[in-house]
Amino acid sequence: MRRFEYHEPRNLEEVSDLLTTLGNGAFILAGGTDLLVEIRERLRDVKHLVDIKRVPGLSGVDYADETGLRFGAMVTAGQLEAAPGLAARYPNLHGALKVLASIQVRNRATVIGNICRASPSADTIPPLIADGAAIETWRPGGGRVIPLADFFTGPGRSVLTPGEIATAITVPPPAPGSRRAYIKHGRRKAMELATVGVAVSLDTEGGTCTGARIALGAVGPVVLRAPRAEAILVGSRLDAAAVSAAAEQAMQECTPISNVRSSAEYRREMVGVLTRRAVSQAMEVAA
Amino acid sequence: MKKTLLDLTVNGESRSFAVEGHRSLLDALREEGGLTGTKKGCDVGDCGACTVIVNGQPVNACLMLAIEAQGAEITTVEGLQASPDELHPLQEAFMEHGASQCGFCTPGILIMAKCLLDENPLPTDEEIRFGLSGNICRCTGYTKIFDAIRSAGKRMAQQGVEA
Repeated sequence: MRRFEYHEPRNLEEVSDLLTTLGNGAFILAGGTDLLVEIRERLRDVKHLVDIKRVPGLSGVDYADETGLRFGAMVTAGQLEAAPGLAARYPNLHGALKVLASIQVRNRATVIGNICRASPSADTIPPLIADGAAIETWRPGGGRVIPLADFFTGPGRSVLTPGEIATAITVPPPAPGSRRAYIKHGRRKAMELATVGVAVSLDTEGGTCTGARIALGAVGPVVLRAPRAEAILVGSRLDAAAVSAAAEQAMQECTPISNVRSSAEYRREMVGVLTRRAVSQAMEVAA
Repeated sequence: MKKTLLDLTVNGESRSFAVEGHRSLLDALREEGGLTGTKKGCDVGDCGACTVIVNGQPVNACLMLAIEAQGAEITTVEGLQASPDELHPLQEAFMEHGASQCGFCTPGILIMAKCLLDENPLPTDEEIRFGLSGNICRCTGYTKIFDAIRSAGKRMAQQGVEA
């Protein structure tokens, strides 16, 4: 492996100081499952790794009925996948965690690492955006709470400023009658990057859709919402005609590119198919 | 470059390695530790050949820095056997069923299968498939690996073997 210096700060001030002082070649090490690969494959020029495992307060997973879910920056995908009640309350997020890489990787990879890597194909981002998640940060002089939908500025890029650290994710509690699903599309079932990923989070009352959020992964520079498709669903009874119209609209709202995994045309087509499928899967799972 | 002294427990034994910060756990186990049973396949977390158990959880040793394992308890394939002349039921079953061809993926699969059977001694095929989805074998087509895991699981359930 290419050489770098390893740092083990004990609190957030030290982490922030190191990142600011060491500059562009310094990166936070959480799970490392992506970063160590990028170092080995020379995709990222890393001179310093700032390990945050000794920083207190980053490891909890909590749920409360009033405030919802909150988990810290050191929580692994495997830990969150196994958290009691997660599958029932957030089936879309749970579904995304279950298909992320492998068990071995999930035991190391952190969810916030998956988010801060800011890949448009990251599995955990669409369900968290569909569920209205926010990211908490720490920086000298006061942290921020940023809606996850506003966090990303491009592939691999976010609104984090130098020395600012993502510390936790919060997700509002599911409303009664909430229905959710995430569908990842790839060429195989495991160890795969999503060709397209679609998450839906629907609020229903007496069979009528009262709220809808659709998040589309791997079909734009960042994970996208499909607001016009969502508007078609709201007020409908989620009948076949409404769902088809929303799926068609979502196809118009995405901006896919062609790359080694798929052509843009195929991705756009699959956005339609998966949006339909995600809505029907969400309606099957009683929340 | 600066070396750090690492104290850890490997297969029940206290070990100390002096490692540089950029060294992977996999390289430290193989080179400083002399434990070459754990294989370096892809070195990027795709193949599972380097799977070891760290503090009770299976991980890719290539995706972890050695220095991150300070104080950890690690089990490698060399630690599966209860004693030098007694194989683990999984090892017996892999031999009986011919579940190994070139053998390069075998240590990682044995470790992952142990983790699976410890939780669930009688897994369905779907559960075995899910449990092994991070371990790639390019020789066998997995049929005999599945046969061996099912048979070891049955034996362990019958004997109440602590795997």
